[in-house]
Amino acid sequence: MMSLDLYNYWVVIFLMMAGFYMLIASNHLIRKIIGLNIFQTSVFMLYISLGKVAGGTAPIAAEGIDTYSNPLPHVLILTAIVVGISTTSLALALVIRIKESYDTVQEDEILELDSIADEEGS
Amino acid sequence: MINEHLPALQVVVPLLAAPICFLIPNKRLSWLFATLVSWLSFAMAILLVIAVNDGTILHYEFGGWAPPWGIEYKVDIFNSYVLLIVTAIGAAVFPYSWKSIQKEIPETHHRIYFTAMLLCLAGLLGMTITGDAFNLFVLLEISSLSSYTLISLGRDRRALTASFQYLIMGTIGATFILIGVGLLYALTGTLNMADLASRIPALEGSRTLEAAFAFLILGFGLKLAMFPLHLWLPNAYSYAPSSVSAFIGATATKVAIYALLRFLYTVFGSSFSFDYMQVHWLLMPLAIASFMFASIVAIFQDGIKRLLAYSSVAQIGYILLGISLVNVTGLTAALLHMFNHALMKGGLFLALGAIAYRIGSTRVQSIAGIGQAMPYTMAAFVIGSLSLIGVPLTVGFISKWYLILATLEKGYWPLTVLIIISSLLAVVYTWRVIETAYFQERPAGAPAVKEAPLSLLIPTWVVILANLYFGINSSLSTDLASHAALLLFGGSLL
Amino acid sequence: MMGLTPNDLIVLALCIPLFTAAGIFLADKNPNVREGITLVGSVLLFITIVALTPHILDGERPNLKLIEILPGLEISFTVEPLGMIFALVAATLWPINSLYSIGYMRTNNERKQTRFYIFFAIALSSVMAIAFAGNLLTLFIFYEVLTLSTYPLVTHAGTEKARNAGRVYLGILISTSIGLLLPAIIWVWYAAGTTDFKAGGILTGQISGPLLTLLAALFIFGIGKAAVMPTHRWLPAAMVAPTPVSALLHAVAVVKAGVFSVVKVVAYIFGLDLLATAPGIEWLLYIACFTVVAASIVALQQDNLKKRLAYSTISQLSYVVMGAMILAPLSLIGAALHIAVHAFGKITLFFAAGSIYTASKKTNVSQLNGIGRRMPWTMTAFSIGALSMIALPPAAGFLSKWYLLLGASQQQQYIAMAVIVMSTLLNAAYFVPVIYAAFLKTEDPVQERDHKEAPLPMVVALTMTAAATLLLFLFPGLALELAKAVGVPV
Repeated sequence: MMSLDLYNYWVVIFLMMAGFYMLIASNHLIRKIIGLNIFQTSVFMLYISLGKVAGGTAPIAAEGIDTYSNPLPHVLILTAIVVGISTTSLALALVIRIKESYDTVQEDEILELDSIADEEGS
Repeated sequence: MINEHLPALQVVVPLLAAPICFLIPNKRLSWLFATLVSWLSFAMAILLVIAVNDGTILHYEFGGWAPPWGIEYKVDIFNSYVLLIVTAIGAAVFPYSWKSIQKEIPETHHRIYFTAMLLCLAGLLGMTITGDAFNLFVLLEISSLSSYTLISLGRDRRALTASFQYLIMGTIGATFILIGVGLLYALTGTLNMADLASRIPALEGSRTLEAAFAFLILGFGLKLAMFPLHLWLPNAYSYAPSSVSAFIGATATKVAIYALLRFLYTVFGSSFSFDYMQVHWLLMPLAIASFMFASIVAIFQDGIKRLLAYSSVAQIGYILLGISLVNVTGLTAALLHMFNHALMKGGLFLALGAIAYRIGSTRVQSIAGIGQAMPYTMAAFVIGSLSLIGVPLTVGFISKWYLILATLEKGYWPLTVLIIISSLLAVVYTWRVIETAYFQERPAGAPAVKEAPLSLLIPTWVVILANLYFGINSSLSTDLASHAALLLFGGSLL
Repeated sequence: MMGLTPNDLIVLALCIPLFTAAGIFLADKNPNVREGITLVGSVLLFITIVALTPHILDGERPNLKLIEILPGLEISFTVEPLGMIFALVAATLWPINSLYSIGYMRTNNERKQTRFYIFFAIALSSVMAIAFAGNLLTLFIFYEVLTLSTYPLVTHAGTEKARNAGRVYLGILISTSIGLLLPAIIWVWYAAGTTDFKAGGILTGQISGPLLTLLAALFIFGIGKAAVMPTHRWLPAAMVAPTPVSALLHAVAVVKAGVFSVVKVVAYIFGLDLLATAPGIEWLLYIACFTVVAASIVALQQDNLKKRLAYSTISQLSYVVMGAMILAPLSLIGAALHIAVHAFGKITLFFAAGSIYTASKKTNVSQLNGIGRRMPWTMTAFSIGALSMIALPPAAGFLSKWYLLLGASQQQQYIAMAVIVMSTLLNAAYFVPVIYAAFLKTEDPVQERDHKEAPLPMVVALTMTAAATLLLFLFPGLALELAKAVGVPV
């Protein structure tokens, strides 16, 4: 069955939607970051599974091996993972600063504090 | 010899300068160093513009790896023009920063500020110059991450939440772009833009290609704050330090628009983007909604920064409208407005930063009566506003003129009417600020205000005078823009 | 002025008011020097404009190109007879008005007088630029400069009331000019590839049919300064300004810039012959007719003297628009003449109103019983101005109305003729009672203050303009010669 042949895409889509849902629905800033991470990871999976060639091995030039997986997507995704880590760490750092100044990491409470500040006209 | 390496140096110099800047222990030295680097970048951009102005295209292969395997940097009239915009604004903002951040950013963070600014500059320049789709994503993230940092440096704690919000939205956008690039790679097995462009026509009709197209449009739409994906922008611009608002407001969205155009025209090709996908029928209503809605919202803002931020959303709407008209005049108008809007918004934010430096606030009410106390700053603000409205003799007029011509060429005169209505709205929202500054008295008991220091005034006025210069002698910018537009349409030059 | 070419004179006419403004700024601390500079600058401008006149009468059309913004879009100046009339009127009245202002501003202890004189000078500079504009773009730019530079004069009092009036003023003038005039200009450029003023028009063969009527409507309503109803609301609002501003700017410079632009567009962009082919074009004439009558009726009900004069101005402005829209060469002469004639008459009336206010602090018509005996010079001048408005000889108003009537009868525009006659009666109805009350009624027994004539500079100024109104009737040669050359190719 065709759709099962492409099961890697189904996994990617499931992960992507799960992460995206968490990102949007969650009120807790840390959970949002986790959602973002899952979302990004799904894309990493997409790239990695793209490079897989059926029956291929790791791309090491050795005797007797003539089919191997495409290494380029893997290399690319290494870079993307680094970018993802930087994003996560920056987001976490921001959350720490937010916690320090608002004393909460719940989005609704932060918005409420902000709207109070707005009314006071600061 | 050095000329040969210019395309690489344009990005590598600010990129390497960033960590060096962080290692310089003395604050003033790190500022001087960063300023020097920004001027150097500007000089390089000018050299590149001169080098490609006759229609040559410069290629640079990193590490000698020939494309499509290696990363290729490619400079033509179109992106050299964008490089010029970004570096010119950088060259004005860096010297301005020294005074401006004294009061807005804690001293311990000054070095971080300059480091992040250099990284942001490098990222934006790299996005513009690269000929490799994946490299574009990486550089986009470099510029985005550094701009999240810069925004979070704002004095108000809301800067933190604004930065976080921008981070979430920006990362979603960047990830969409990554998906789009990945799908393109899955289809074609290449990441080089020129290579992609040669393979895509054969794939027309493929569902995957359409999905890639949609992801990329959405991703760039988020980054360039296309209505209704603009929600991150007003907060980010309002709570960022003034110099950051000036730099990012003038450049970041422009580069995102550049990238969008690069994909629409060069990678996918205009026949796929417009004839097959009909993307202009998506862009046009969104563009109209952008400039009408954002102009109206701008009228009701209390904070001047937020007002200017909404005005930016509106101006992006004009640029998108020019793109969605799909004719040479419209594209010329869009490109011109990228340049002109950078000048006007840069000038306005710089003037506003000088006001913030003296009175510590940028609310409309708090600037009552400063017209007499800060004559040069407010005069700069007035000229910037006139430019925003599109009064003749300013750059705003030139881009609106081309935009209106483009709508008339297409016969879409109701659009002409809408453009004029939104210009009137711009009169209303800028007039509120000007009237408050000039025709209301300073409230009793308010501390006396002095004119801003020269180190803020000079960069502001350089940008403002550029507004007038390119509004009166427009041949330089219009020639560049129309050549770039012709190039994108695949026409022959000159 | 020997040895100066006409182009030098144009540059001088544009620059003298600006240098005057700079001089006033520098002399901020010394009022006598400051006022001296204003007077010297205004007289110099007058001499410059007079020196330029013979060149125009000789059929020269000096042209000065400044800069080209985009291909086919340039800032350029060309002097032709209509602009010459407008410039002459403004340059003649500026020195007189300056004299009057000095008396008014000092006696009434107005605030921020330096700012007042600076913006006045800038406004005059833009008036010169409008008069000499060589194309629509130049006209538009300085039209907006004039609006902006007169805003601080309108809101001079700085009160909440003045600011609100200022908002109405700016709101109407800016929104009509950007919303209607600018699209019209773009349309002209798009159709003809140029916006240069050319005798006989530039649109022949480019636009025709109902679109022509639409374009003409865009111009007539877009030029809000011409105060054709319903764009007239700004003019009564502007009356919060000090009287010298109302006198020179809102009876002469600003409003005349409006009707001047209308006449200029009709004669030099459309051309009379082309516009006559537009279907339904007579409706624009009827709107002007309606404005003439309606504004007169409103004027009749105003008790505040300046408001009454303002509505009278609205009605008189529409005479000029009528003159243009009758589309006959004779009525065009009438329109051009009326620009000059109404200017002298109306400034006299405003001077009189200001001098009444300065001497007695009275602002309403109902308070003026018997005032003619205390202020004989002022009220005699007022009467002469009123005669000119009603268009009775020997005041100059007769001349222009005569040409308007001739043109209307030539074109068989009976409605226009009826309107001219009717409005003459209405003008009489709202001016004659004022004169009657001032000279023939007895003074109210209770007087708040005992007063004589206004200060000497003011009396001198209003006597001069009243005399000019009479002289213009007796010696109309120069004005008539210029008016006859309007719209005629050289």
